[in-house]
Amino acid sequence: MSPPALTVTDLTMSYGELRAVDGVSFEVAEGEFVGILGPNGAGKTTTLEIAEGLREPDSGTVRLLGESPWPRNLALLPRIGVQLQASAFFEKLTAREQLETFGALYGVGSARVDEMLDLVGLSDKAGTPEAKLSGGQRQRLSIACALVHDPDVVFLDEPTAALDPQARRNLWDVLREIQARGKTIVYTTHYLDEAEVLCDRVAIMDQGRILAMDTPARLVRDLDAATHVTLERGALPADDARALPGADGVTQDEVSLTIATRAPAPLLTALAERGTLDGLQVRTATLEDVFLHLTGREYRA
Amino acid sequence: MTVTEERERTRPRPATVSGSSSFRALSVAMFKGFVRDKATLFFTFLFPLMFLLIFGLIFGNQGASKTEVGVVGEGQVIQALERSEAVELKRMDSAEAAEQQVRSGDLPAFVAQDGTDVTLRFAASDRTRAGTVYGIVRGVVDRVNVAATGQPPRFELDSAQVEDSSLKPIQYLAPGLMSWAVSIAAVFGAALTFVNWRKKQVLRRLRLAPVWPLTVLGSRLVVSLGVALLQFGVFVGIALLPVFGLQLSGQWWLAVPLLLLGTLAFFSVGMLIGALCKTEESANGASNLVVLPMAFLSGAFFPTDLMPQWLQNAAQVLPMRHLNEGMLDVMVRGEGVDALAVPALVLVAFTAVLGLLAAKLFRWED
Ligand SMILES: Nc1ncnc2c1ncn2[C@@H]1O[C@H](COP(=O)(O)OP(=O)(O)OP(=O)(O)O)[C@@H](O)[C@H]1O
Ligand SMILES: [Mg+2]
Repeated sequence: MSPPALTVTDLTMSYGELRAVDGVSFEVAEGEFVGILGPNGAGKTTTLEIAEGLREPDSGTVRLLGESPWPRNLALLPRIGVQLQASAFFEKLTAREQLETFGALYGVGSARVDEMLDLVGLSDKAGTPEAKLSGGQRQRLSIACALVHDPDVVFLDEPTAALDPQARRNLWDVLREIQARGKTIVYTTHYLDEAEVLCDRVAIMDQGRILAMDTPARLVRDLDAATHVTLERGALPADDARALPGADGVTQDEVSLTIATRAPAPLLTALAERGTLDGLQVRTATLEDVFLHLTGREYRA
Repeated sequence: MTVTEERERTRPRPATVSGSSSFRALSVAMFKGFVRDKATLFFTFLFPLMFLLIFGLIFGNQGASKTEVGVVGEGQVIQALERSEAVELKRMDSAEAAEQQVRSGDLPAFVAQDGTDVTLRFAASDRTRAGTVYGIVRGVVDRVNVAATGQPPRFELDSAQVEDSSLKPIQYLAPGLMSWAVSIAAVFGAALTFVNWRKKQVLRRLRLAPVWPLTVLGSRLVVSLGVALLQFGVFVGIALLPVFGLQLSGQWWLAVPLLLLGTLAFFSVGMLIGALCKTEESANGASNLVVLPMAFLSGAFFPTDLMPQWLQNAAQVLPMRHLNEGMLDVMVRGEGVDALAVPALVLVAFTAVLGLLAAKLFRWED
C-alpha cells in the first residue's frame, strides 16, 4: 500500500466561541474519491481549507502527499488543485484568458487550456468575459482552473452546486475520469444521492465533527434500517397489511399506506399474489436515513 | 494492486515553474484588466487632460493680454509708445470721446499728444492698470526727452523677468498635471487592485499557486510603470501641440526616470491603502483623500509660493512635491541630472518606508 495522500489528525479550529472544526481526523488513500457531507456551517469548507494549507488549525496536524501544507509550501502547490467555494477570478478576462493565466502560473501551455475548456463544456464560451458567464458556467470554469495543471490531489468545494442536471452529470463524468487516471479527489457536497454514486467513501459531518466515515453502501447497511413499501391507500386494509409475511409495521396517511419490513422478498411476493401492486413504491434506506440516524435531525441541504 | 500499477505515473514536472512565465502571464492579465476598464482609462488619461484644457484656457492668455490705451493725435511720444509694444493702442478721434471711454471703464487710460504737449488721463478706479500705464508712458516720455537732447543716456537700466521668458502657464501646468495624473493611476490602481483581489479571493487562489508574492506584486507594479510611461507620452505629446505650446528644455527626457520613481512612491501609497481598506468604496475614498490634497500642496495646479511658508514646509514630506520640482527642473527650467539627486533620493526613501509598512500590514484575506 502506498502511503495515504492526505492524513488529518485531531484538527480543531475556532472562530471566537464557535468551534467550526472540533477534533477531526481522517485519511484519504492515494487514488481515492472521498466526499464530505453535511449541512450549512458543518465545518466542511474550514476542514478542506486547513487540509489545503490555506488556514492554520488551532491544533492538529495535516500531512498532504507526505508534507505539511502549512506554512505555505511551494513544493507542494503544483501537485494540488483547488476550487474554492467562492470562485476567484481576475477582473475583465475571458474564460480562456482566466485559464491561460492560471495555467501559466504552473507552466502549462495553451493546448492544455483548450483541452480543459472542452472538458468542462465551455469551448463555445472561451471568448466570453468571466463576468458574463452564468453561475453554473462560472463554476465549471473555476473547476477547470483547479484542474488545469493536472494535479495529483484535487480539492473541490461544492463543485456541483449551481449546476443544472445535465452539467452535473457531465461533471460526474469528468470527476470519474480524473479518478480513473489515479488522482485523489476530496470534495464537499450537499447532495447525498450524488455522494452515494460518486464516492468511494463519504464522511458525514455536523457541527464540526465527523460522525461517520465509510463507503456509502456500508453506512447504509450498518444502519440496519427497514425497507419501506408504499401502496395507494385503500389498495389493502391496514389489518390485512399487518398480517402479511415480513411486515414489521404499518402506517397510513390520507393518500398512502406504508409497510416497514426487514424481509422485503416474502412481503413483495405476498403482495404480488394478492394482485395489489398498483402504484407500489419500494424505498430502501439512503444516506439521508444515515444522517437522520446520526444526528437525530432530518437532513436539509 | 493491479489497478495502482496501471495508473499513470506522476509525470515529471519542472522543479519550479519559471518565475518569468508567471510574471509575464500575470502582467498581461493585469494589463488587459486595465485597458478593458473604461472608467479607469477615463481617470487615467482623459480626466487629467480635461484639466489641462481647463487650466490652459483659464491661464493661457494671461501672458499675452496687453493693456489697451486710447491715443489721440500724433507725435514722437505716440510713435515711441507704439514701437515699445508694451501697450495696445486704440486710435480715437477726439480727447472728449477718449475721456468718455475712460470714464465708463472701457479703457484704463488715454494719451493725447499735441505738438510737445503730452496728456495722460487715467481712471483711478483701476489703480493697478493705471499705475502700469503711467509707468510705461512716463518711461517713454523720458526716453524721448533724452533722445531729444542728443546726449547718450548716462544710466542704463537692464531689466528682464526672472523666469525663462518662455515660462508661460503651460510650462508650469504640464509637468504638474502630469504628476497628478500619474499619482491618480498609481494610487488608485494599486489600492483598488489589492482590495478587489482580496474581496474576490484572487489572493487566496494565488496563494495556492506556486508563485512568489513578489512576483504577484511586481507584475502589478510593472503595469503601473507602463501606464505612467503612456501617460507621459500622451501628456507631453498633447501639451506640445501649438494650442498649448509647451516648450521642452534640453534634457527633458531626464523626467522619465524620475517619473518612474514617483510612480513607485505613489504605488506604495496605494499598497498601504489597499492593505488597510476592506472595501473598494473605502479604498476609493481614502485614495481621493490622499491624492487631491497632495496635488494641491505639491503645486500640481498652481505654484506653491502662493501658500504660507509653514504649509510649504509641511508639503516637503509629499512625494509629489519632489517629483514636481524635479520634473519642472529638467523639463522646462533647463537643468540637468544634478537637479534630480534630491527628488530621486526622497522618492526612493519614501517608497522604502511606505512599502515596508504596507508589507507589514498586508493580509491575504479578511
Ligand atoms: N472567517 C470566518 N469567521 C468566522 N466564522 C466563520 C468563518 N468561516 C466560517 N465560519 C463559521 O464556521 C462554521 C463552519 O463554516 P464552514 O464554512 O466550514 O461550513 P461549511 O460546512 O462549509 O458550510 P456550507 O455548506 O454553508 O459551505 C460556520 O458556522 C461559520 O459561520
Ligand atoms: Mg462550505
